[in-house]
Amino acid sequence: MYQFNYQKAGSADEAASAVTAAEDGRFLAGGMTLIPTLKQRLAQPSDLVDLAGISDLVGIEDGGDSITIKGMTRHVDVANSDVVQSKIPALASLADNIGDPQVRNRGTIGGSLANNDPAADYPAAVLGLNATVITNTREIAAEDYFDGMFTTVLEEGELITAVRFPVPEKAAYTKFPNPASRYALVGVMVAQTGGDTRVAVTGAGQDGVFRAGDIESALSGNWSADAAKGVKMSDADLNSDIHASAEYRAHLISVMASRAVTAAG
Amino acid sequence: MPTVSMTVNGKSVSAEVEPRTLLVQYLRESLGMTGTHVGCDTSQCGACVVHVNGESLKSCTMLAAQAEGADVTTIEGLANGDELHPMQEAFRENHGLQCGFCTPGMVMSALDLVQKNSDPSEQEVREWLEGNLCRCTGYHNIVKSILAGAQALKG
Repeated sequence: MYQFNYQKAGSADEAASAVTAAEDGRFLAGGMTLIPTLKQRLAQPSDLVDLAGISDLVGIEDGGDSITIKGMTRHVDVANSDVVQSKIPALASLADNIGDPQVRNRGTIGGSLANNDPAADYPAAVLGLNATVITNTREIAAEDYFDGMFTTVLEEGELITAVRFPVPEKAAYTKFPNPASRYALVGVMVAQTGGDTRVAVTGAGQDGVFRAGDIESALSGNWSADAAKGVKMSDADLNSDIHASAEYRAHLISVMASRAVTAAG
Repeated sequence: MPTVSMTVNGKSVSAEVEPRTLLVQYLRESLGMTGTHVGCDTSQCGACVVHVNGESLKSCTMLAAQAEGADVTTIEGLANGDELHPMQEAFRENHGLQCGFCTPGMVMSALDLVQKNSDPSEQEVREWLEGNLCRCTGYHNIVKSILAGAQALKG
């Protein structure tokens, strides 16, 4: 790692000011991606502003027809939350299958979304469940938030304070994990919320998470595993790497979507 | 350099370290506690698992500064003198180690599992070990050890 200054912030506002004031400041959430990135010298921030210890950024609120998860809430706490388990079980199970137990003990929802790894799980939840990303300055609709691989519309010094998920009528997330990293080779969130059908795909797209419009159309008229499986996805714009070809990923999207529909019931 | 203080295995410790110092470096290099191993250094293998405030995590992916004021337990904190901790004893009894490199992380990870689930099934143990790799591929006996250790701890 290169040298950096480390500081702890007492509040979201203080953290935002500290990052803005620094020459090249970065927020440190759970650090599950940032620390490995620093270790490989792929980033050289002048300052890390640690968000741990800001109690306002931790917790899960039941808003009746929505759930709000604060930015620094860890995967293990989302997975074990009674509120999330009862209202959006798809989200609890998604969180319970991120990485491994030690990663889930540290990694946070805000950190994962700010990083927007193209194979991370949470982006599929946010887009598939039509969530709203809440920052220290504004609310951002899921549709507007993601801006390509490892890129979001977050600005310098903008901090994710919470994510609000509307409670769906039904939803499920199914992923085909890379057997070593547990990142999604393909992960699909299917959901029906307020009569709207959404299918969000992570792990497959060259630009990160995206909605599979053809599967959404097929499911809108006929919510069934067969309808999802019958859609032949194009492999244009999909990732091809040592783990899977674009063609294989295209096939997996329909298969994972159909399994998710079965799981959602 | 900033001073980082914490409690390690019940003892208050303090050392001056650069902000970029990892918790595992702090344990091994500043405190000389080399029971916690660095295997992959990429947070995948789990040889560096320790407990911080009662929960398992990978000490190669946490800054020492992030553990300021925390209560840390390492593999050195388990045995009572010459008497092995029941989980360590179970690993010994069941030949749960071959080269032994991954063992400290396996034992620390296993103890986090049994404090959450005192009677895990074989499947639950295997799923829990997602983040612990054994290059000798000795998983069968590791799982057996953890199941035995869990029973011993239930007493």
